[in-house]
Amino acid sequence: MDSTNEIDDAKIRAYAHPERLVTTQWLADRIAAGEVGGPDGIVVLESDEDVLLYATGHIPGALKIDWHVDLNDPVTRDYVDGARFAEVMGARGIGRDTTVVIYGDKSNWWAAYALWVFSLFGHEDVRLLDGGRALWVAEGRELTRDVPTPTPAQYPVAERDDAPIRAFKDDVLAHLGKPLVDVRSPGEFSGELLHMPDYPQEGAMRGGHIPGAVSVPWARAANDDGTFRSREELEALYLGEKGLSPADDVVAYCRIGERSSHTWFVLTHLLGFEAVRNYDGSWTEWGNAVRVPIEK
Amino acid sequence: MDAAPAAAAPLPAGLQEIADDFTSAGSDLKLELLLEFSDELPGLPERYAGRLDQLERVDECQSPLFLTVEVADGDRLEDRAVSLFFDAPPEAPTTRGFAGILREGLDGLSAAEVLAVPDDAPMRFGLAEAVSPLRLRGMVAMLSRIKRQVRAKTA
Repeated sequence: MDSTNEIDDAKIRAYAHPERLVTTQWLADRIAAGEVGGPDGIVVLESDEDVLLYATGHIPGALKIDWHVDLNDPVTRDYVDGARFAEVMGARGIGRDTTVVIYGDKSNWWAAYALWVFSLFGHEDVRLLDGGRALWVAEGRELTRDVPTPTPAQYPVAERDDAPIRAFKDDVLAHLGKPLVDVRSPGEFSGELLHMPDYPQEGAMRGGHIPGAVSVPWARAANDDGTFRSREELEALYLGEKGLSPADDVVAYCRIGERSSHTWFVLTHLLGFEAVRNYDGSWTEWGNAVRVPIEK
Repeated sequence: MDAAPAAAAPLPAGLQEIADDFTSAGSDLKLELLLEFSDELPGLPERYAGRLDQLERVDECQSPLFLTVEVADGDRLEDRAVSLFFDAPPEAPTTRGFAGILREGLDGLSAAEVLAVPDDAPMRFGLAEAVSPLRLRGMVAMLSRIKRQVRAKTA
């Protein structure tokens, strides 16, 4: 195994798939060693909710990826196809075997979302930066406004395989009775709020949750500094308190699918659940859909 | 002035100039311009420093933004100058950029001019495709609060 894949951090090594997470120190060391950006090097991507944040300063060598512009189809409410994904990757110097590290604002919500989309296309080596942008900044690490010019790479046109990790509305209807995790705030779960606190209304006709869903707000998986909680703490929450098992068939959802990507990442990569799907239509679809049941 | 259809109501000259710069710019340049407004948004003056409770929070913004308005004394709305003050964190540059546009375009105008700004002004910068229509609701909310405060302080 190549040295860039090893990480010397006990918390991370305890996770089911430690290769999916890197520390800020690991990344700083790789940058110092010149392993970021060069040919066959690691590619670092920033994926934010705030479209301007990358431009105000980013991790040296990092490139921007905008989930809205780069990963969503402009017309259909869906992700890009294999040809467009190949263009987005190739332009950033990413080949099929490239190690990609993604980080972002807001506790890595949009970073986890981007990582999940990469997974729909079967990109093998894609990792999150534990703690995201906020931790990098809090630690006083370097930011730059220099935008790198990557050498374009050839990325194959990979077929998107939604079935294993993505649920559509009809899949969720067929799933009723099996484990569902609602990761929104308690007020959204109870139906009192139709959007998360402090966020604009993203209108839904009704408030509540999908019948049978358990409420586990995404933030319970994170420490105050935005890093993930330890495997032990995560097991106490999802396995102990909520009674889920790694063998369960689980669907996670939120409002538009970004916070639930964070939970999908926790269940799949940190706890080793084998069958977790993210319902990206989430409450903006379910709360408006005709003839689907809700619970308050 | 006769009542014109809302969509045709003119912007104040300064704001119109900013709108022209944005609408004539390509998508990347729009973001650069917005970043300039974000960078140039002045901090709060001493009298508001550390006193966010004296400012109004705009909940529709995706990141915390606080604003307040001061209106100079005077008899006529046409003579009473409006000053605008904003506070938003550096990790919310889009929100700061919106605040910067409104400050640059409206600060120093009279209360009458601020109250006459059409409510759909934030939609006239061609920003929807660059930053998404959802985020623009934050700017609409800032403008409506500014106008409400001016109305309250001149009542």
